[in-house]
Parts: sequence; C-alpha cells; structure tokens
Amino acid sequence: MADETAPPPDAAPTPDAAAAPAAEPEAAAAPAAEPQPAAVLAAEPAPAAHKPPPPKKIEATDAGSHPWVQSMRTALPDAVVSAKEFAKQVTVVVRREKIADVARHLKDAEDFRYCVDVTAVDWRDRQPRFDVVYHFYSFSKNDRIRVKCGVADGEEVPSIAEVFLAANWSERETFDMFGIPFAGHPDLRRILTWDGFHGHPLRKDFPVEGIDTGAAVYPEEWPEGGGPAADDPNRKVVS
Amino acid sequence: MSDDRPISGPEKDQAARTADDLKAAALAAAESVPVSVEPPTLFEVQEMELNFGPQHPSTHGVLRLVIRVDGEKILETKPDVGYLHRGTEKLFETETYPMGIPHTDRLDYVAAATNNHAFCLTIEKLLAVEIPRRAQLIRVILDELQRLSSHLVWLGTSGIDLGAVTPFWYAFREREQILDFFEEYCGARLTLNCMRIGGLPFDLTAGWVERLMEFVDDLPSRIDDYEQLLTDNRIWKKRTVGIGVISGQECIEWGVTGPVLRASGVEWDLRRAQPYECYDELDFAIPTRTNGDTYDRYVVRVQEMRQSVRIVKQCIDLLEPGDIRGKVPRVIKPIAEEVYASIESPKGELGFYCVSNGTNRPYRMHVRPPSFINLQALPRLAKGHLVSDLVALIGTIDIVLGEVDR
Repeated sequence: MADETAPPPDAAPTPDAAAAPAAEPEAAAAPAAEPQPAAVLAAEPAPAAHKPPPPKKIEATDAGSHPWVQSMRTALPDAVVSAKEFAKQVTVVVRREKIADVARHLKDAEDFRYCVDVTAVDWRDRQPRFDVVYHFYSFSKNDRIRVKCGVADGEEVPSIAEVFLAANWSERETFDMFGIPFAGHPDLRRILTWDGFHGHPLRKDFPVEGIDTGAAVYPEEWPEGGGPAADDPNRKVVS
Repeated sequence: MSDDRPISGPEKDQAARTADDLKAAALAAAESVPVSVEPPTLFEVQEMELNFGPQHPSTHGVLRLVIRVDGEKILETKPDVGYLHRGTEKLFETETYPMGIPHTDRLDYVAAATNNHAFCLTIEKLLAVEIPRRAQLIRVILDELQRLSSHLVWLGTSGIDLGAVTPFWYAFREREQILDFFEEYCGARLTLNCMRIGGLPFDLTAGWVERLMEFVDDLPSRIDDYEQLLTDNRIWKKRTVGIGVISGQECIEWGVTGPVLRASGVEWDLRRAQPYECYDELDFAIPTRTNGDTYDRYVVRVQEMRQSVRIVKQCIDLLEPGDIRGKVPRVIKPIAEEVYASIESPKGELGFYCVSNGTNRPYRMHVRPPSFINLQALPRLAKGHLVSDLVALIGTIDIVLGEVDR
C-alpha cells in the first residue's frame, strides 16, 4: 500500500507550486480533459502544498463475537463459516444450502426486514467459483448486514424470493449475469439480456466487447435478433 | 379488406351451404336437446394480452409491459426490461476507479450528480479518506439541485402523462435554470461528471453562489405555482387519489424506497437514517403521507422540493473557503476488501457495492438501482386498475430506464 501512495504532483514545496492557481492540481489529476469553466475562483488559493499524511491503516477485523453472528450460530449451528467486519460493515459467510434459512432467521429473529440487494462476484480461478452476496437492512437497528455464500459453477442456490419479495428481480439479474441458478425461484428467466441470449456477461471469461451472435451476418443460420440457432448444442443451457 | 368483396362463384355456394348447414344443425340441436340457450351477456369476460411499449410516450424510455386485460381492467402486468442494457457493471471492471465516474452519469441520466456522489462515496469508504468541509457542502448543494431538477422532470412529465400539459412548461423552465448552474459549475448540463474520488474537480466560479441564492429564494414561489395548477385540481385528483395504493409494510417487502416509501407513511430517508457528508448538521424535514396512493406520492415529492431549497440555503450560508479535495493518492489502489455505500437519490436508495482486489481497477462494481427495484412493485400497484391508470403508475414510481437496465 505504502509504495502505491505516490506523492501528488504538487507535493514538492517549490515557490511555483504556491503561486500556481488553485485549480491546476485538480485539473491535472482529473482522468479526462474537462472543459474548464471560467477560471475565476471564488475561494482563495489553496495553501502551499505539503506532503500528505500517511493514509490511515484500515483492515478487516474478525466479527465472530458480533451479536448477529452469535444469534445465527445459535439458531443455525452449522450455517456460519466465517465473519468479518470492515468499515463498520459486517460480512458473514454462510454455507450455500443454508442461505434461505439464514435469510428467514435474519428477517424473523433479527428484524432485517428489507432485502437491499442480491448480486454475485465471479472469482474465476477460485473454488468455489462464485460468491453470491446479499445485503439486508434492519429499520429498528438502522444497520446493514452482508451475507455471502460460495457457489461452484453449475451449483444451485436456494432462492430467497419466497422470504423477501424484493429479491425476485435481483436473483433473476444474478442468474442472467452470472448463470447461477436459484432453486425454488418462482420465475427464473433472463431479465436484462433477451431470452435466447448466449452466455452470462458478468462472468470474467465473457469478453468485454461482447460475443458475435452473427445475427446480422448469417440470417439463415442465426435467428433474427441474435441468440443461438435451433440446432445449437448450447441452446439448452440458456434460458 | 378482402372480406368486403361480393361473394360469387363456388365460394358463394360454399358460404351458402355452410350457413344452411349451420342453421340446420342448430335447429336440429335445439329440437333434440331441450336446453334454454342463454343469450351471451353484454359484459362477458374477454381476456386479451396487450403490448405496452417499448415505444410508448408514457414509458419515459424503453420499457415494455405485457399486460393481460379484461376490457380496460388490468389483470396482470409483466414488465420486460433490458432494452437499454449497456453492461455498465462490466465496464467498471475494465477501467480504473476514476474512469468509472462518467459511466455513472449514464445510469440515472436525469440525476447524474447523485450517481457520481454514490460512486465516489463507495470508493472513499474503501480508501477511508476524509472529504474537506467545503467539498462536502458543495456536494450537498449539487445533490439537492439535482434532486430538484429530477423532481421537476418527474412533475412535468407525469403531468403530461395524465393530460396536464401546462405544468410541464413551468417545471422545465426552472429545470433549465438549474442545468445552467450545472453548466457553469462543470461545463456539462446532463452527464455532469461533477465529482471526484476524495472531493470535487472544480471550485465554484465567482458569483455562482450569489446567483444560486437568488434562484433558490425565488423557487418556493414557483413551487407554489405548480401546486396551484395541480394540488387542488379536480381532474388531477380524480386521476391520482386512490390509484396504486400500497402500504408501508408492502413497500418494505418489495424493497421500495424513496418518495414511494415515504408516501406510504414510513419516515425513512438515508440522509437522516445514515447521514453522509454533512446532512447530520442540516435542518430539514422528511415529508411523509399516509395513504400511499399516487396523489400522496405527488405531494411528498413537491414537499421534498421545498426541503431541498431549505438545504441548499443552509449550505450556502455554511460555505467557507477551503480545500475541495481530500488527500487521495494519485493512483487509487484500495486494499483488497469489499464495501457497500448508498445515498438517498431522488428515486430512492442508490447503492454501490465495490469489491477490490488491490489493483487500480474494481474487481466488481455492482449498482443497487432504486428504479429497478421500485419497478418490481409495478404489477402489484397496477392490478385491478384501468389501462389509463397504468400510465399514472409508471409516472408515479419515477423510473429512469438507464438505471433500470444499466
């Protein structure tokens, strides 16, 4: 970390730096060239540049003794794998088979009534390959909890759409983008890409530039609108 | 058209024979079976599937709804989204952290500043940098201006959806002025790219604050004008009162946030619940209503605009000269961790979930879009209403398809 925090260009305390207009360091650090509005600045010029203090060392701590984790361990003895806390956010890793039970426990016993989000992370070379990530919020605690479970490619995750209605579309999106099937989901179809789309775009092995569905080039071979042809062996795996 | 031509030749015979056969068969059936055949009722259930969009003026973008109707009554609504999917989350992974900010402009494109803000806030949380006070205040000003302009767009367009054309011109007049302020600040009017990780790209130009103060002093009287046109308007009330009622409990079940939640009686606003920047020092109210119908959502949004004016005024009073950028490293390489941060965008809770692997690019950047989640509740809202109310309901959720589809 320390070697990455290269001093900003204005770190050298030369007389020129102090005399330069205040906007210049900001403009130089901007990633894209911006049309600079009128250069007249309301604020007085920034004080002479100085070396920034070393950034605060932040790291994750173990959250095994956290009351939510304790209550999960008591109610579902073999569900919790690990727990950590980072930036005041508690992350609990649970076993894949237990995720629906965990969600129900959090909702009923711990009052996490609002399912904020469901998504996934593709770790590509790791086993299991994916993390499915859930965020829950409790109005009474005014706090969030993050629950994760590891999923291998092709494995099913129990759906929590029955527990939280809000998870319905988020799980569909996760299925669409990563190809993670959710067992017991009431309506597991693709949502952002079209029915018959080939592949799962947010997997790390899916090219950023997309894949050629050949739709425009070989209309007789590929159905209009893209997607696999009728005799495509992959046709079954897409929704 | 071809049915109109006179029948002649063999076709005629066939038609005549068929008619005769049918008549004979019917007579025979009537004689053999003594059943009183009831005449078909006038109000027979005739279900029909109807395509609503993707090109429909009231969908505010490319939203397709497949609705099952019985006459005018909606039995079922199936939203079909994704027409505007551009793979924003994939693009975040391919570019460095600061390069992600312009992509966020294109999510909710009528409220770019709040998107920038949520994105920067997430990475600032990951880096644990502190934002200078002046930058915090200017960020809050930009956020609230953006909230005003987003609500003005909503007010104008949802009025037009229901046939009230006049408020549109007034609402867009004021929005234009807000866009002028943005243009003067950062050079852009819509896709602002107006925040940086750790602070802001520019300081305010001379006279900006004074002109803004003049504008926000004047704005409440303009909001009175909109209210005069709509709040007690009998047609407006007929179209909105009691339409799309949803309880606070159901809102939470569906994950619905923002003005929709507050119009159902839940006083929950991230600016108050989990304050970011300097919202905890500011004095503002969270407008709520209890009926949870389209009219209440209208009232809540108009009241929110008044609160935004209050916030902007307070921030202007608190502005002092100072730094606009915190101490962030030139190359942003957070530690390998994950973080979620969210803000109260004009539509609801806008969150970013960032997973870092220690390089200068996010390993995974996920958007929690309020429009996408809120739209999920549309079938629930629309059930049992008329097709013309569907237009009001799409308007009242206030979706932006750029954010729904990402």
